[in-house]
Amino acid sequence: MNLSRREKMSKQKICTTADLVKDSGVCALAKVNGEELQIALFYLPDTEKKVFAIDNWDPLGNANVLSRGIVGSVGDELVVASPLYKQHFSLTSGQCLEDEDVSVPTFDVFVEDSAVYIA
Amino acid sequence: MSKIKVVVVGNGMVGHHYVETLANSDVDAHITVIGGEPRPAYDRVHLSEVFDGKEPADLGLTTREHYVELGVEAHFGDFVANIDRDAKMVVTEGGQKFSYDKLVLATGSYPFIPPVPGHEQEHCLAYRTIDDLAQIKASAKGKTVGVVVGGGLLGLECANALKNLGLEAHVVEFAPGLMGVQLDDGGSNMLRRKIEALGVTVHTSKATQKICAGKKHRLKMEFADDTALETDMIVFSAGIRPYDQLARAAGLTVGERGGIEIDYYCRTSDENIYAIGECAVLGSFIYGLVAPGYRMAEAAVSQLTADKVAFTGADMSTKLKLLGVDVGSIGDSKGLAEDSRAFVFSDEREDVYKRLNVSADGKKVLGATLVGDCDDYDTLLQYFLNEIELPENAEALILPAVDGVTPTLGADALPLTASICSCHNVSKGDIFSAIDGGCMAVADVKDCTKASTGCGGCAALLKNVVDSELLARGVEVNTDLCEHFAHTRQELFTIAQCTQIKSFDELVEKHGNGRGCEICKPAVASIMASLWNEHVLNDDLVPLQDTNDTFMANMQKDGTYSVVPRVPAGEILPDQLIALGEVAKQYELYSKITGGQRVDLFGARMNDLPAIWSALIAAGFETGHAYAKSLRTVKSCVGSTWCRYGVQDSVGQAIDLEHRYKGLRSPHKLKMGVSGCTRECAEAQSKDIGIIATENGWNLYVSGNGGMKPRHADLFATDLDTPTLIKYIDRFLMFYVRTADRLQRTSTWLESLEGGLTYVQDVVINDSLGIAEELEAQMQHVVDTYQCEWKTALSDTEKLKRFRQFVNSDQEDSNVVFVQERGQVRPANDAEKRRQLIHAVK
Repeated sequence: MNLSRREKMSKQKICTTADLVKDSGVCALAKVNGEELQIALFYLPDTEKKVFAIDNWDPLGNANVLSRGIVGSVGDELVVASPLYKQHFSLTSGQCLEDEDVSVPTFDVFVEDSAVYIA
Repeated sequence: MSKIKVVVVGNGMVGHHYVETLANSDVDAHITVIGGEPRPAYDRVHLSEVFDGKEPADLGLTTREHYVELGVEAHFGDFVANIDRDAKMVVTEGGQKFSYDKLVLATGSYPFIPPVPGHEQEHCLAYRTIDDLAQIKASAKGKTVGVVVGGGLLGLECANALKNLGLEAHVVEFAPGLMGVQLDDGGSNMLRRKIEALGVTVHTSKATQKICAGKKHRLKMEFADDTALETDMIVFSAGIRPYDQLARAAGLTVGERGGIEIDYYCRTSDENIYAIGECAVLGSFIYGLVAPGYRMAEAAVSQLTADKVAFTGADMSTKLKLLGVDVGSIGDSKGLAEDSRAFVFSDEREDVYKRLNVSADGKKVLGATLVGDCDDYDTLLQYFLNEIELPENAEALILPAVDGVTPTLGADALPLTASICSCHNVSKGDIFSAIDGGCMAVADVKDCTKASTGCGGCAALLKNVVDSELLARGVEVNTDLCEHFAHTRQELFTIAQCTQIKSFDELVEKHGNGRGCEICKPAVASIMASLWNEHVLNDDLVPLQDTNDTFMANMQKDGTYSVVPRVPAGEILPDQLIALGEVAKQYELYSKITGGQRVDLFGARMNDLPAIWSALIAAGFETGHAYAKSLRTVKSCVGSTWCRYGVQDSVGQAIDLEHRYKGLRSPHKLKMGVSGCTRECAEAQSKDIGIIATENGWNLYVSGNGGMKPRHADLFATDLDTPTLIKYIDRFLMFYVRTADRLQRTSTWLESLEGGLTYVQDVVINDSLGIAEELEAQMQHVVDTYQCEWKTALSDTEKLKRFRQFVNSDQEDSNVVFVQERGQVRPANDAEKRRQLIHAVK
């Protein structure tokens, strides 16, 4: 899914780094394949990748809330904990750590001249 | 192999236990049970409760339906007439025939009725079965006096029954004292005092010579000492005799003084016939209590399985309430053994008698007698059963607590083999296994092990063992806060305080590892708040907060928030109520009154929160911290200002307290209550801090809890003036904030501390740790640095940026959909959302 998305999508500016909150998340809207999506953006400036993007939809809590979770680590995995029922989702793969059948989409994201793009 | 045919004669408590144990075992058996009484087994131990409002059915241990479910063939109201051992068959009086492979006799006993001339006339009754009760009741109707012959355990139970029937009750005992089997003279005398105080007349050393017609009442009892007593009825409860006639007729060996002789495997002289319970005699001893009967039943069942268990006798210790009087008897209760040395405590003001018999070297408990106060029973019994070495001051075990310090044997001190529930033979090890198997509460353990479902005497001890073990495991499994900190919350608090580290990053770098998580981050944020009390939305603190703290509102299931402004003590101006209503209307918020005397407004969208709060603050409200682990509310009753009964101004006090402690971040939420008099309308004793007005000041209660695990608060200090009250609360709360675990309420915190209440009283009242001043200063700092978090946030545009649903759009979350119910909004369910979506597309 991510692959096809990447092929079809051109890079899309969604916000600036000033909109991001260090070590925490915010939510941005983006049009992906004509579909409006809520994207949770996490800003971890001390990591190599700095910005991480996953779907804002919590598939277990059934609400758009993941951007409002607490960011942290489980072992070496960077994660966000859902603010509703505290399941962990990997910021890099979208995988739910408590349920291997559950994951959320992830998006490629990068920063150029303090603009945040998804591609 | 075909099923083994087991026939059980008798359906009393022990017979029933046999049937149930066998039916639930691996043995492939066809079980037939024949009961002489017209109903299935019931709880004979609590028979007298039928006169205290219980229905006979309430005493039932099983039902016909339950036996059907177990696949047990049951026949009631038909006595077995004889046993044909050659044909291996029993025949009932009703002519039914049942063949058996194994026969179990659980025929029980019958009341011994002394052969006094005149005992066979009307209104001379026995006390043993539910049917006997009906007769007693009928006989008592319209009459005034009843006599029980027999001052033993059952006799006193029966006296209670007569008293409950409204009769003037007398107990006539042949021996010089009551309960002579279990109690020594001192205990016996104390019991007599107490029982007589309850209005039961006790006659001892009375040998009944003759029962004849009375003048004033139906009957007249004439005694050997030439005295007499008139009564309307006589109930005999002068001991029991094993019901062994059936066995005698079948040629089985019986004891010299009756009872079917059995070996350690409960086998009679016929290897295919077992006898259990009160009809059986083992080594000339009849076990007339239910617990040993159950053990026999289990031993007899095990003979049909691979692992054969022996019954080698049982402890006859017992604890019960007789006419409301606590009586306990352990082991050699009278100190008859040669090397027995006694400690005796007698309090004739409170009517308490205790005797502790220890070995000559003072190391072991040999037995004990307790009358009027059985609080020490559990501890003494465990010392006795497990032969635990006594402390040097063994007498302290029965002495009343001085300054509230009672040396109790903690659950931890018991060995795994310690029997906790003797009715169902559940050891501490069994309870641990149940906890291993996933039991997380006393109720689960009861379901799983049956512990404390017999006489119930071990309830307190069971709770103690389970709670202490769960607590221990909670800590044992992981004393670390989480994978990022190998410290408890208390240790982290100390680290933060001593190092003055004010950022999470620094703390985790120097004292932890990884990036933190949803457990340690809010915990550290709470610690930082308690120590430095900076705004929750400061840059360094924001990433640590739970969403509720970040948005200063409570997230609901659909991602919207609820808003609760503070209403100190529940006192609110009419204009404020109107403002609340207007805000709710403007933002379409669902409104509900909370249990803490304020109003909760639901369904607020994140991006509306600042505007909602602007309006609320303009109306004079401030944040209610409903989203935080901190002081929630101080509930109050209306107090002396309005109430006819109030003795102090509880509302004023509650308002002051709420303003003082609002904003204090703590390991878990805090609730308080202030009642204006002892009627306690504010339910202060279910709060972390409860205050009840007295004529002279305020009584302080601590560590109460409602919710999942209710706990009545402990009385901490009495008749305090307000400055002292505040001082104690400051110290108490700050000590809690410093030392409690993450998400540990004051109730569990207090119980987890060694020394519990007494210890905390010592720290707070006597300043035993020399930190009182520091605790007060720390609290004063929190009080002085209070800010309404919402007010501060509203004046800071940077902070408000967080309240955007989307950083790049003003749109709202399309998944938040409301429908109307009872005139207000509520979140739409999935089906309703789909319908609205279809509607929108059309």
